[in-house]
Amino acid sequence: MDILANLLNGTFVFATALIFASLGGVIVERTGVINLGLEGFMVSGAFSAAITTHYAESAGLGGASPWLGLLGAMIFTLIFSGIHALASIKFKANQVISGIVVNLLAASSTFFMVKLLFEGAAETPIIDHVFHKWSIPFLSDIPFLGNAFFTAYPTTFIAYIFVFVVWFVMYKTPLGLRMRAVGEHPGAADTAGVKVNRLRTLSILVGGSVAALGGATVALTANSSFAQNTISGQGFIALAAVIFGKWNPVGAFGAAIFFGFAQALKDQVVIYDWASNIPTEVFYMLPYLLTLLVLLFAVGRSSGPSALGEPYDPGKR
Amino acid sequence: MNNLKRLLRQESVWIPIISIVIGIVIGAIVMLIGGYDPLLAYSSLVQKIFGSVYDVGETLRQIVPLILAGLAVAIAFRGGMFNIGVEGQIVMGSLGALMVGNMIDLPPIIHGIVAIIVGALFGGIWGALVAIFKVKRGLNEVISCIMLNWIALYISHITIKAFMAEAGTSRSQMIHDSASIQIQWLSDLFNGARIHWGFFIVIFILIGYYYYMNRTKWGYELRAVGYNKHAAEYAGMNVSSIAIRTFFISGAIGGLIGTFEVLGVFKYMAIAANTSGTGFDGIAVALLGMNSALGVFLSSTLFGALYYGAQGMSFGADVPPEVIKMVISIIIFFAAAPGAIRMFIKMFKRKSKREEG
Repeated sequence: MDILANLLNGTFVFATALIFASLGGVIVERTGVINLGLEGFMVSGAFSAAITTHYAESAGLGGASPWLGLLGAMIFTLIFSGIHALASIKFKANQVISGIVVNLLAASSTFFMVKLLFEGAAETPIIDHVFHKWSIPFLSDIPFLGNAFFTAYPTTFIAYIFVFVVWFVMYKTPLGLRMRAVGEHPGAADTAGVKVNRLRTLSILVGGSVAALGGATVALTANSSFAQNTISGQGFIALAAVIFGKWNPVGAFGAAIFFGFAQALKDQVVIYDWASNIPTEVFYMLPYLLTLLVLLFAVGRSSGPSALGEPYDPGKR
Repeated sequence: MNNLKRLLRQESVWIPIISIVIGIVIGAIVMLIGGYDPLLAYSSLVQKIFGSVYDVGETLRQIVPLILAGLAVAIAFRGGMFNIGVEGQIVMGSLGALMVGNMIDLPPIIHGIVAIIVGALFGGIWGALVAIFKVKRGLNEVISCIMLNWIALYISHITIKAFMAEAGTSRSQMIHDSASIQIQWLSDLFNGARIHWGFFIVIFILIGYYYYMNRTKWGYELRAVGYNKHAAEYAGMNVSSIAIRTFFISGAIGGLIGTFEVLGVFKYMAIAANTSGTGFDGIAVALLGMNSALGVFLSSTLFGALYYGAQGMSFGADVPPEVIKMVISIIIFFAAAPGAIRMFIKMFKRKSKREEG
């Protein structure tokens, strides 16, 4: 039982970053804009969170530093989400390419800045005030469930709240209705008085900041610094979670948990004898292989927003 | 002179040129803000590229994979499809070439030819999978490419560790000498720069790409699908088989990248934590080169030279090589969003008018 509880606990640790990033993906893609820049948003989030926390710490802010780090990640990443919005909305560039530009630019400029700020170092200084796991009083004393669900990093609990908020906004408010309308049929939404491009821009900016929290989570919990390999591919897995979860915040949450589980499994399973004969790479490969198989055979034809990837031009209605 | 003016007025000419200029200028501004000397940086970059015969040869070596990556992306682009799986196709090509080069004994030259064919085949099959998933199960190619990239990487790790592990290192054993496609006398002429068969094969592929696109039925069909899939289908073309065929060719070209690197340059395959990134560079090359053979050749020459020269920049002016990656991503940004350039020009014109009046 302990093993299973550890496995679940590990699942949520890995999944948290993916939950944030895939929510960021859902927010953007639901309005009809492809978000391949998730990886870049995460890199930018991890970088700015580490930097902000480091400087807040040096300024003597202590335990408040990582919280400022989260805030810093959300604000700093507006630069990159702004670039994505500018290219894909204002200049109607190919959205996939715009996302790739964001990824390239985020990676190169953050590493450049790390070298600039820390005299050629390959990573930021180690942060002392990272997040520590919280145990919810009473609930965490429950056997099994306590360890599995109620002992986690604060960011994990924040991620749960975000899932609910995004779901609520998306399906229970006029704003959410407009967002979905813009993603499905921008022309009709425009006729009904929705400012299509303004709403898309807004959701790119918000989605970018939410995805940045995913990167910040990695830097402030698992890594306690930012280096070139802090974010390596999680953004793309989050994108897969968006599709796997059928562009629904709750679905994306489930998919993120699934990927988190596959990653945690790899760490738990290597303890066993029977697993020692299997190359570790098999377990590394598992999340990707499972995703591919699930998308191929379980999900069926993916049903994204109909206007996904098409720039909206009011003159062409 | 008039011809030159007319040429410069074409969108496919002025957009890339202005993008490159803006990229280089913004790169200089970034360096200035960072407290570096951009003139020294750029001049040491150029010096590195043309510094010696060896450097020229190695710059060319850097350009070869970029041309292939650009063509691999471009051929899919022309058909309205996106191949961001070149990364994985490179890995599979490397693996195929490595297996033939290391595990099989054949006479020289024939060994190289067989290894190249197997490498291209591995890449091609890996690419075709993407299209098969797309037409049979409706799976978006972007997502399957990303998954296949990682799967390919780990398959290569497993295979190398199981059959060709070099104890104590994180790389495979060397290929047999008979499988090497390095051209020794040319390499000697370039002071040891690694010149291989790929330098010449790539020229044939460039010409072949042009011919295929513009002079064959398959190329015509591909372009038709790219312009309007539904019209092409209505005209009786088999869109599914065109997609699979295109992704096979694209993947085979991607596979050749890995093949050449293993057989001609490194002679082994590294067990790396990440794929090389050449496939993503290919997207930049194809975009800047507007998917044409000549454009891909020119833009990969630029990017290859920039990448190679970046080493000199960090050496000569102490500038982190990441600046060059920033410059390249800014170039792609403007090439992908020509509207941004037009806005710049408009603002500039208005300003100069105001100054006149």
